[in-house]
Amino acid sequence: MNAPQKPELKKVINESGIEVKPLYTSADVEASGGMAMVGEPGAYPFTRGIHREMYRKQPWTMRQYAGFGNPADTNQRFKYLIANGQTGLNVAFDLPTQIGLDSDDPLAEGEIGRVGMSIDTLRDFEIAFDGIDLKKITVSLTINGAAAILIAMYLAMAEKRGYDIKELRGTAQNDILKEFIGRGTWIFPVEPSIRLVGDTIEYCAKEAPKYTPVSVCGYHIRESGATPAQEMAYAFCIAKAYADDAIKRGLPVDEFAGRLSYNFNIFGNIFEQVCKFRAGRSLWAKIMKEQYGAEKPGSMWLRMIAAGGGGGLTFEQPEVNIVRGAYYALISALSGTQTMALCSYDEAYTIPTEYSARLSLRTMQLLIAEMGLTETVDPLAGSFYVETMTNEMRAKMEEIMAEVDAQGGIVKMVAEGTIQAKVSAQAYGMQRKIDSGEFPKVGVNCYKNEQEEDHPVEFHPYNEDDARVQIESLTRIRAERDNTAVDAALARLRADAAAGTNVMPALMAAVKAYASVGEMTKELVSVFGRYQEPIKF
Amino acid sequence: MSNRPIKVLLGKPGLDGHDQGAKVVARAMMDAGFEVIYTGLRQTPEQIARIALEEDVDVISLSSMAGSHIPFCRKLKPLLEEAGLTDKLWVIGGNLPAQDHDALRELGFKGIFPSGSKLDAITDYIRSEVK
Repeated sequence: MNAPQKPELKKVINESGIEVKPLYTSADVEASGGMAMVGEPGAYPFTRGIHREMYRKQPWTMRQYAGFGNPADTNQRFKYLIANGQTGLNVAFDLPTQIGLDSDDPLAEGEIGRVGMSIDTLRDFEIAFDGIDLKKITVSLTINGAAAILIAMYLAMAEKRGYDIKELRGTAQNDILKEFIGRGTWIFPVEPSIRLVGDTIEYCAKEAPKYTPVSVCGYHIRESGATPAQEMAYAFCIAKAYADDAIKRGLPVDEFAGRLSYNFNIFGNIFEQVCKFRAGRSLWAKIMKEQYGAEKPGSMWLRMIAAGGGGGLTFEQPEVNIVRGAYYALISALSGTQTMALCSYDEAYTIPTEYSARLSLRTMQLLIAEMGLTETVDPLAGSFYVETMTNEMRAKMEEIMAEVDAQGGIVKMVAEGTIQAKVSAQAYGMQRKIDSGEFPKVGVNCYKNEQEEDHPVEFHPYNEDDARVQIESLTRIRAERDNTAVDAALARLRADAAAGTNVMPALMAAVKAYASVGEMTKELVSVFGRYQEPIKF
Repeated sequence: MSNRPIKVLLGKPGLDGHDQGAKVVARAMMDAGFEVIYTGLRQTPEQIARIALEEDVDVISLSSMAGSHIPFCRKLKPLLEEAGLTDKLWVIGGNLPAQDHDALRELGFKGIFPSGSKLDAITDYIRSEVK
């Protein structure tokens, strides 16, 4: 009798384009490069983590993205999150603030306080952070186009409250190159935008050496359609562009590299994501050591927030996003991240309510309190599958970085729109696969609720009155401040921008004189011009 | 009906920078054989109305993800009316909560495609409405 025919196993290729086998053995680890790049946690090449004891010593920082309405509304939400055990803040700004418009600008109408808090002057920062101990709670500012201005404002606010900015910790996103690829809050053309990032790196290296002036984001590139391997590879290309600018200014690598950080996404296949982080950690260490000659271990660390997961959440059956979020948090914990944040289950609809934000916080706290994720460093190490995939992901990232170099580098590709066109074509391909059911999404193309309506989501209310209050406050500040001092500060800002002098000291003086975000942006636009988006398909 | 392909303006209104969806829909429209004019980010109501008029489009479509669709469409409607574009098909997609759909219809947007809509549903709808 013939043996029964074995059914043919379907070939599996992960999103990054690497084949996943049904079984891994030590032979696969060897064939992919062996254990040479694994090492020990806290030691080069840091595959297993940048610290030896990791979460045993200190669990990840929990930093939910939050902000809406006026600074006073946001101050209350901050205090609510801190009261519920959040250990850091991640500030959301409204779109006018993000692109350098004052609340009374006609283009800001209808957008004030909608997706984040509205900031016009230093006074708003004083209100937003009132009563919050900036030594205990570190603050991350999600600001890019207007980052130099908002960093100056944050440092000035801290100084005014008596903190020594030499000791002040905190982070600004300030990754403009990814804004041109996805997210879209650019203001100035590509070259002066990079120069402004360089100004913040240089200024902070000298004046606020514990502050992290840049958090390079693979996150939004992934949301725009990049694969996990591309997400990390493109982020490294971008970080290298900033590092090159800093080095051109004469900054030694070990004086700034330790203050660069990263922001990565956590949705998708669990093992592909975890291996992405392990691979990326060792690749970045290798780049900094071999290409930049870094000597301090801190300069080689891939410090990061592994967070969000928005791109994986669905509009359909929103409560299932609570469960997705829990798995994404697990990915984040297994990744060895320094900071964690989770998109809330209602974020496919709206900015989170207090209730949904707390639920996300509890999801992360659960991993610490009940699930044992902080007890042992890099618990997946040594798995034949994980070590093989880590090696293969690293090789894939190196291949992608070499392709970018061959095409003239990331800055050129972004300026010409070729990288945007590439990730957008991939996003289209993925949407077609979701529409056809080839790429399964629960509630979208399989396991749909056929019998009943989806559970409704409660909406965070938008208060139309916030705009009026914000504009009144700005009008009052303009009347009360010393406008001669403001004009002098703005003139100096324009002159420094034109002369190629670091603009941060001029910005510090301008924010302290209560110049507004819109006024400072206008001066910079008068020198730099505005970005023209290349539309390429 | 003329032989020219269906001509669509696809605009990104307001300050919202989320253009992944708009670009995906633009590609779907091109694959469906439409001529697509994608505006890029940060269009004012005036710019949308002007491009729609100058380009003589059959369809005026918007992609909005950051919640300001109602105030934007309130400003856009009179401008499109003034430009004599009421006979064109007005379509909007993106993060559009169900409770806003009636208001959008009253503002003249006949086709409403919230997040989660299939690409073919959008292009089939446009093809069936543009005669």
